[in-house]
Amino acid sequence: MTTYAVERWTRSGRVTVGAAAGVLLVLALLPTLATGLVIDKLTTLFIYILLAVMWNLLAGYAGLVSVGQQAFFGVGGYLALRLVDAGMTPYLALIVGAVGAGLVAIPISTFALRLKGGEFAIAMWVIAEVLRIVVMFDPLVQGETGTSLLALNAFDPDLRRNLTYWLGLGALALMLSATMWLLRSRIGAAAQAIRDDEEAAASIGIDVMRVKQIIFVLAAFGCALAGTIWLASAITFLPRTNFGVQWTVFMLFMVLVGGLKTFEGPIIGAIIFFLLQEVFGDLGVWYLTGLGVIAVGFALYLPDGLWGTWRQRTGIDLLSGGVMLKNPVTVKRAT
Amino acid sequence: MSEEPAMVQPMLEGRGIDKSFGAFKVLKAVDLAVASGEAVGIVGPNGAGKTTLFGVLAGALLPTAGTVRFAGADLTGTGAAARCRSGIARTHQVPRPFLGMSVFENALTAAQFGAGLSGSAAEDCAAEALERTALLNHANRPAAALGLLDRKRLELARALATRPRVILLDEIGGGLTEAELGLLITLIGQLKADGLTIVWIEHILHALLKVIDRLVCMSAGAVIAEGGPDAVMADPEVRRAYLGGSL
Repeated sequence: MTTYAVERWTRSGRVTVGAAAGVLLVLALLPTLATGLVIDKLTTLFIYILLAVMWNLLAGYAGLVSVGQQAFFGVGGYLALRLVDAGMTPYLALIVGAVGAGLVAIPISTFALRLKGGEFAIAMWVIAEVLRIVVMFDPLVQGETGTSLLALNAFDPDLRRNLTYWLGLGALALMLSATMWLLRSRIGAAAQAIRDDEEAAASIGIDVMRVKQIIFVLAAFGCALAGTIWLASAITFLPRTNFGVQWTVFMLFMVLVGGLKTFEGPIIGAIIFFLLQEVFGDLGVWYLTGLGVIAVGFALYLPDGLWGTWRQRTGIDLLSGGVMLKNPVTVKRAT
Repeated sequence: MSEEPAMVQPMLEGRGIDKSFGAFKVLKAVDLAVASGEAVGIVGPNGAGKTTLFGVLAGALLPTAGTVRFAGADLTGTGAAARCRSGIARTHQVPRPFLGMSVFENALTAAQFGAGLSGSAAEDCAAEALERTALLNHANRPAAALGLLDRKRLELARALATRPRVILLDEIGGGLTEAELGLLITLIGQLKADGLTIVWIEHILHALLKVIDRLVCMSAGAVIAEGGPDAVMADPEVRRAYLGGSL
């Protein structure tokens, strides 16, 4: 019998996690220092990062390219509205609404995941549109007119801003940790195997449907959380906006620019997207055209994105993980 | 054809297997029984249905008719993943490594899912599979960086890491140099000596004959001969179908 040693965390990986925890702590204390404008902007950034990380979990790690993630973004917000209407405390409703959207994702997964590649991508878009139309039938939403989460107006504006910020930060920290834990677990390995070769994955004993479902539902929950936090900061709920395909376009842009299939890439992509929006967001159509040109440029000339390219050039990997067999030749010893 | 000694209970058995793709019948009433610890070779011209038969035995394809039994249980309707977990492993003709993972991670995933191991037991199982297949030195390299021989080894390592009771090898010797083939034959011989049941599709006869106990020849979707390797290769029908009548 031989035993082998493995390494799951590199030194730089541990340092990065420690640093990230420090950043989160500073961010948690920020509302005591920063202006309301900064807090609002950061809340938006948290939503973008959350969306990007969720889309990468789905497409980058499980090979499930969806253009319908706005379905869960919208359903989460809608369910939160319904729960508040039924008398639930707003901030609790935001969380429960996201959980509800995660539950909605389970029956959707049973048929959407039978489709592959482009069929799955388009089916998800169709599902999102159908959900939007169904939601518009609810008198509470008033069709195209939409509605508002008026219950939040009962809060003092500063308190509301800070609570939404903390909810966003907490959701981001939770989903980043959950994603990292999942990707380093056997489910993460199975998802990547399925992404690389579905039939070969099945041939080594991986229950392909089950693994895809776990990833799909988690990503739906994450997108729904982003949707409810967005609702809390925007207050208004417009079916055309909350179920808008632009959310998925943004996710795609952020992941493509930052680096598909890496843990760090989507975070970097989200920050870049946020900055672009801050600087050029007022240019309207030209801004969107610019985003499109950049996305096409990355797809053609830098398909691994900024972080993926950086990692290839430097060999430096912080969080994307993997399991190393330590000194395979010398470390093994008889026991 | 000499009568085989009756098997008490075959380890792996396909009975009356039909497989059609649309109107095209790829397998026609194929019977194949493999005893525990036996090594069976399958030869036949391209298009004979050998790989399709493997697909049916491994659960990647559902047969149109017929049953697949393994260790006494009827597995006809179960999928590839469940069959792997119950002990049927398979290597693919063209290696299908998980290209986004390292060599070790490929084997580790197989140990975790196929063999149902966790923690250090899975790690040891994966590392041992790499050691057996002489891949230990490449453990932390990306699978995408491997050449053909090493990809074939990885295909085998991944199958072994699922702790199979029977392994289906699909032309694992193809495309290798004589020296590489020699290493592979030695390894497969060791697996047989360890008691692993082997079914091996191969065009390279001399490689096959060094390991197998029994030979099956398929042509046009049917088994046309089976038995001792010499007897099968001497069969006039086999010569006509497989060797084109020359030799």
